[in-house]
Amino acid sequence: MSEITRTVRIGSSHGLHARPAKLFAQAAKDAGIPITIAKDAGAPVNAASILGVISLGVEHGDYVTLTADGDGAEAALDTLAELLTTDHDAA
Amino acid sequence: MAQLRGVGIGLGVAQGPVARMAAPLPAPDDTPSAIGVDEERVRVQEALAAVARELEKRGEQAGGAAQEVLEAQAMMAEDPTLTDEVDSSLAQGKTAERAVHEAFASFRAQLEAVGGYLGERAADLDDVAQRVIARLQGVAAPGVPEPGHPFVLVAKDLAPADTALLDLDQVLALVTTEGGPTSHTAILAREKGIVAVVGVAGAADLADDETVIVDAAAGTVTTEPSQEELTRAENRANARAAAAGAPLTDGALADGTPVPLLANLGNPAGAAEAVALGAEGVGLFRTEFLFLSASSAPTVEQQRVSYSELLAAFAGKKVVVRVLDAGADKPLPFLNDAHEENPALGLRGLRALRASEDILREQLTALAEADQLTKKVGSGADLWVMAPMVSTVDEADYFTALAREYGIRTAGVMIEVPSSALLAEHIFAHADFASIGTNDLTQYTLAADRLLGSVAGYQDPWHPAVLRLIREVGAAGARTGKPVGICGEAAADPLLAVVLVGLGATSLSMAPTALADVRATLLTHSLDDAKRVAEAALAATDAATAREAAQTASAS
Repeated sequence: MSEITRTVRIGSSHGLHARPAKLFAQAAKDAGIPITIAKDAGAPVNAASILGVISLGVEHGDYVTLTADGDGAEAALDTLAELLTTDHDAA
Repeated sequence: MAQLRGVGIGLGVAQGPVARMAAPLPAPDDTPSAIGVDEERVRVQEALAAVARELEKRGEQAGGAAQEVLEAQAMMAEDPTLTDEVDSSLAQGKTAERAVHEAFASFRAQLEAVGGYLGERAADLDDVAQRVIARLQGVAAPGVPEPGHPFVLVAKDLAPADTALLDLDQVLALVTTEGGPTSHTAILAREKGIVAVVGVAGAADLADDETVIVDAAAGTVTTEPSQEELTRAENRANARAAAAGAPLTDGALADGTPVPLLANLGNPAGAAEAVALGAEGVGLFRTEFLFLSASSAPTVEQQRVSYSELLAAFAGKKVVVRVLDAGADKPLPFLNDAHEENPALGLRGLRALRASEDILREQLTALAEADQLTKKVGSGADLWVMAPMVSTVDEADYFTALAREYGIRTAGVMIEVPSSALLAEHIFAHADFASIGTNDLTQYTLAADRLLGSVAGYQDPWHPAVLRLIREVGAAGARTGKPVGICGEAAADPLLAVVLVGLGATSLSMAPTALADVRATLLTHSLDDAKRVAEAALAATDAATAREAAQTASAS
């Protein structure tokens, strides 16, 4: 199984901070395989690390690249991509 | 027994066991580990997991938005990137405490560098770091204590973040070693009706679980109280609770002179409580709440809805609305984002509004519309509108003329600057009324920044210089037949309220919880008494002796 990547645009109106960052890191951790997230061409960080995710300073409309490797990588990235494109602050 | 002195907030008295709010832990020393990498790693893992579980548990108890924050903090404690950093520090021979401290500090620096919203998360991170280090060192975690029984909270001073976590039902009284009568702690105590004595330097030595009597009326904290003292305090607390149930009569002196008692409100949602506590109207409605959370000004329509809600809640009564008071302690990005060396002396209050006149015009439009709308449906109030931080006669002329242009019938100014107090008679040539903001008037008279802890001792409205300025305004009001209200924290101090009436104040506005004590105290003084008590205070040389002189004169 080879490494797969996906680039998505952030839908959350407050970017990837507090609550969305927590939901995202939690989901990445639950996936159980190594996943990284990078902002634009920046260095990738562990997607299961809430501190790593927050410190990227990702804002609404930014593009991020997810990379996963291992069993179920495709499904894991589907879930995470959906989380990132949803506006969690809309409610 | 021993007595520690401070500044009392209100007239209450309470007793109970002390629980201290632990001070932040210092950074752990960078000494080499004495027990080896493996042992240190076990210690770190245990501490991080324990703190994470505790935060999750607190989250479950709190629920709602607080749960989200606490769960995010729990994730920070067990963050894989963080544990990697800790591990590499441990491998260099550092102690668990130091490794945790350094790892959190490095993330903190990253978050702060990003700034803005993320910068605020730095405080969450600090809290987690402090909890982990406290656990490693086997000491109490800093922050609000949770002893599991009602307690007297002893702290340096309370920050808004602390009070948000505070279970007020468990707090018997508040004692702070720093902070003055306008500190965040004092304002909270007044709002919630909690017995408090602030600025008690000697309270730094109080120990956990030691029983104390906190007497706000006397401004004292009694340590090692005798059984007799405890009984007396309890009787007084009971008597006061009974007095709070006294009938809600309109404010008046013993001789029948009316002194309307009004409420200070920061949100229409507070109206019901104010009415229940007998407020005869609103003496100060702060409109900042509409603006503070916004990055741009609210629309006329949003404002109109809020103002209409407020006016309808006080139908048939007086409602004094203050237009936006931004700057100094409450900066607004769309109004003034220039950095100022001395914001209290800068572009704030009416000065800022005059520089962004659109915002003022919109606010006056919304107020006039809300006034007309509520009157049309029969729920109109007597709307008065005033401007903050007026420092010249020209500003009084400018604001009142503009307000009348929009159909505001009663337009006035706040007197918070000595220049306005001294020229009050000229200001009354334009203004229909004046309302004295004693907090700022004290700050500007004593030249002491009210937000600065190191000069908090100057922030006492009992200072005779402040009282003399108030006398000027009272006399000018009497000569011109214009009302002079008080809407600072001073009006909530029952004896000072008597002095203010003696100096010529015609109405008093305060936090609604202070109404009962002030109402009861006014009823025991005639207008002649009030003038005599005021004279005694005016003749003093400083705030403390003014307070004592008034107490003596009031008792005779």
